[in-house]
Amino acid sequence: MNLTLDVWRQRHAGDQGRIVRYQAGGISPDMSFLEMLDVVNEGLILGGDEPIAFDHDCREGICGMCGFMINGIAHGPERATTVCQLHMRHFRDGDSLTIEPWRAGAFPVVRDLIVDRSAFDRIIAAGGFISASTGSAPEANNIAVPKQDADSAMDAAACIGCGACVAACPNASAMLFTAAKVVHLGVLPQGQPERKGRVKAMVETMDGLGFGHCTNIGECAAVCPKEIGMDTIAFLNRDLARSAVLTGNGRA
Amino acid sequence: MSTLLETKTGSDLDGKTPTGPIEERWDRHRFELKLVNPANRRRYRVIMVGSGLAGASAAASLGELGYHVDCFCYQDSPRRAHSIAAQGGINAAKNYRNDGDSIYRLFYDTVKGGDFRAREANVYRLAQISVEIIDQCVAQGVPFAREYGGLLDTRSFGGAQVSRTFYARGQTGQQLLLGAYQAMERQIGLGTVAMYPRHEMLELIVADGRARGIVTRDMVTGEIEAHMGDAVVLATGGYGNVFYLSTNAKGCNTTAIWRAHRKGAFFANPCFTQIHPTCIPVTGDHQSKLTLMSESLRNDGRVWVPKKMGDSRPPEQIPEAERDYFLERKYPSFGNLVPRDVASRAAKEACDQGRGVGPGGRGVYLDFAEAIARLGAGAIKERYGNLFDMYERITAENPYEAPMRIYPAVHYTMGGLWVDYDLMSTVPGLFVTGEANFSDHGANRLGASALMQGLADGYFILPYTLADYLAQVGPQPTDGNLAGVTEAMAEVGARVERLLAIDGDRTADSFHRELGQIMWDHCGMARNEAGLRKALDRIPELRDEFWRNLKVSGTNEELNPALEKAGRVADFLELAELTCIDALHRGESSGGHFREESQTPEGEARRDDEHFSYVAGWEFTGVLSEPVLHKEPLAFEYVHPSQRSYK
Ligand SMILES: Cc1cc2nc3c(=O)[nH]c(=O)nc-3n(C[C@H](O)[C@H](O)[C@H](O)COP(=O)(O)OP(=O)(O)OC[C@H]3O[C@@H](n4cnc5c(N)ncnc54)[C@H](O)[C@@H]3O)c2cc1C
Ligand code: FES
Repeated sequence: MNLTLDVWRQRHAGDQGRIVRYQAGGISPDMSFLEMLDVVNEGLILGGDEPIAFDHDCREGICGMCGFMINGIAHGPERATTVCQLHMRHFRDGDSLTIEPWRAGAFPVVRDLIVDRSAFDRIIAAGGFISASTGSAPEANNIAVPKQDADSAMDAAACIGCGACVAACPNASAMLFTAAKVVHLGVLPQGQPERKGRVKAMVETMDGLGFGHCTNIGECAAVCPKEIGMDTIAFLNRDLARSAVLTGNGRA
Repeated sequence: MSTLLETKTGSDLDGKTPTGPIEERWDRHRFELKLVNPANRRRYRVIMVGSGLAGASAAASLGELGYHVDCFCYQDSPRRAHSIAAQGGINAAKNYRNDGDSIYRLFYDTVKGGDFRAREANVYRLAQISVEIIDQCVAQGVPFAREYGGLLDTRSFGGAQVSRTFYARGQTGQQLLLGAYQAMERQIGLGTVAMYPRHEMLELIVADGRARGIVTRDMVTGEIEAHMGDAVVLATGGYGNVFYLSTNAKGCNTTAIWRAHRKGAFFANPCFTQIHPTCIPVTGDHQSKLTLMSESLRNDGRVWVPKKMGDSRPPEQIPEAERDYFLERKYPSFGNLVPRDVASRAAKEACDQGRGVGPGGRGVYLDFAEAIARLGAGAIKERYGNLFDMYERITAENPYEAPMRIYPAVHYTMGGLWVDYDLMSTVPGLFVTGEANFSDHGANRLGASALMQGLADGYFILPYTLADYLAQVGPQPTDGNLAGVTEAMAEVGARVERLLAIDGDRTADSFHRELGQIMWDHCGMARNEAGLRKALDRIPELRDEFWRNLKVSGTNEELNPALEKAGRVADFLELAELTCIDALHRGESSGGHFREESQTPEGEARRDDEHFSYVAGWEFTGVLSEPVLHKEPLAFEYVHPSQRSYK
């Protein structure tokens, strides 16, 4: 099949950037979206042009490295699917596709479709962990964890940190990402001692990094490739309200 | 063994394994290792290359102890290291099931599974540490699967007779990595660890005979920088992408370990590569990587091909009597659960006979019809739902209705830089951990053992053995004025310039694909002398062409994916030659290395302990075709070598 691509090209953070049109010919429906871009890029390199830069690594939907907007939708049209797992059979011959990077103040463009998501790492460093230094752990089966809680923790922990939630949110809020970690650690018994301090520190850091506020619109959950739900945000808000009545840093 | 004669052999290698009763060795050795005074630890700086399970766990643990760690990865965040993709699980000898497991049994299974090409003392230590790993991960909040009573669930994996594999749905690697990553982020917050994402190591700095630092390229600005420390750890993962197509991530590379090899670190057993039987088959020339379907599927799926050659009927129209369940037929006692190398070769054989299925005939069926009839679709969904979804997403076929098609793919590299019992390479001060070292898996790795090894190395071994080294050498000046630094930086700069200046007419990717095809054809699932010699003729020619005819667009001073790729392919083109030399010299079949000249009358692998019971450590001599072989003889005091049999 043949496609017309309108792709955001921006050489570096300081560059203005613009949309450039490319024709992608001879595309097989079995290709992934990134394999389609590989084909376009091989042509660009041979012509002495620079390839379209995009982030990717595992190409199996788990590392969270890939991600951009296709016709205005984060990760494109397929539900619960990252762009590396999106296959060309979901498009039709002759389609026109606009491909742009995540747009958010806290995710500056690095080049073309690549953005800087290091703000996510900073949110985790602020409290997205359980302080359990190596060697200090008790025997694993000493604390039973109800299966239901372990399952909810796993549902939330499935977040791949791709940033689609931020890109989809009209406020560019990182609430779904932050909430996923707050829930993962907050439903486990091991996560209780730091629970109140954790949510406070993570949310403060998130706000400080220039992400917008959450107004419960739900666009984030709609595009999440791992189907993290809005209920995580409700959980975070409850924990945050509880932590507000706490005095001190809450890391008791 | 005519091939042996051509190999130049140097002095033997000493793994420095402690002696005495095997269950006391690590304990005694730990006591003998020197300690660094807590107050002095912050005066040491450790360069940690890699943020996967092996790197992040070590960075976090060393940071907690008070050392300063500089950690590097090529992705935009340490959380994306390819450990994230591991699906199946992690082994530990907890014996929670009361089914006869023990540290000794895990040790025994791993030595045997590795086809008697691993060091016994290392494997025993790994089995001992396995139990602490689970404790550590649970304390960090890793959401392992649990039973209704709230205790940890396990499953049996990869044909093990006991149920010792802990898992977190189909995302075990992700959850273990996030645990290590979060522990490391905590240290980053506390200031003991500094993270350098999007930094690619392109050279090792050796000064006065010791590893003292690395040269990196900032992948955003192109800046070439030197980072100095008191010791260097390489935790950079496997080199499976030398085959181009593999289950590895696109960025997985050999550059870090290959550059260290060129600076004096011996490369051990490069030909020991693992080909995993259950991957989604190739669909066309555009294919950029292969996707693993977890081994756990073989617990319930039955592998078959049509009995008749060229039978192109859809699977549901092929009656039971005309199907060949070849694993069950050939290996009645293990059936579909034979080890990976055995299952892969059997699938290749069926396809070579013209009985393969799907486009191009390179595939076999993995059929769940019987399991669904027996257990119900619900139970199968509960067990493998996410894998079935992934399969459908990629192939547009519904595995609940039609059998999956699978084919073997390159998956893991048992070879890597040679290390002693303390995980130190032949360059003093250079430690190598995780998949990057030649590891504890011998010639074949058992399922769910790589995650265990990466975390054992990082959480529980390196913090002791590295301290011993640091205590011996004392804090070093790190001002960057050392001999060796300017040279290493200049070498990197010159290589980058050279890649950019060729201006030929083939992309790095096209060279990589061609190299991968050569390796797959001649150094893949089955190897023979004639094929390996052909590869050894072809690889240097391709390398010459690469350096004459490569096209890289753009400049160094910007984010440049074409340049990154070219640098990696340049190193794969060198490693490939050593891999084939190693495969040629090893005239036996062992584990993942099947030499057609060395098989039993029934066509099974025949190991040759008389001639090859050693680790092959290769020294770089400056001439790629003439590495020198250093052997580390292997002694088996506990697990008596026997021919593996799964009949
Ligand atoms: C699809 C798949 C499934 C698997 N499933 C299982 C399983 O179920 N159980 C099991 O036990 N094992 C499994 N394995 C194997 C296991 O996941 C790996 O062997 C293990 O995770 C490797 O960990 P590592 O830390 O050594 O390397 P990696 O996780 O690959 O990390 C390498 C790190 O090094 C960095 N790096 C690499 N090169 C450079 C460079 N030149 N400069 C700077 N940084 C660099 C990377 O950025 C990364 O941070 C699986 C492997 C794959 C591919
Ligand atoms: S490349 Fe890893 S999730 Fe897409």
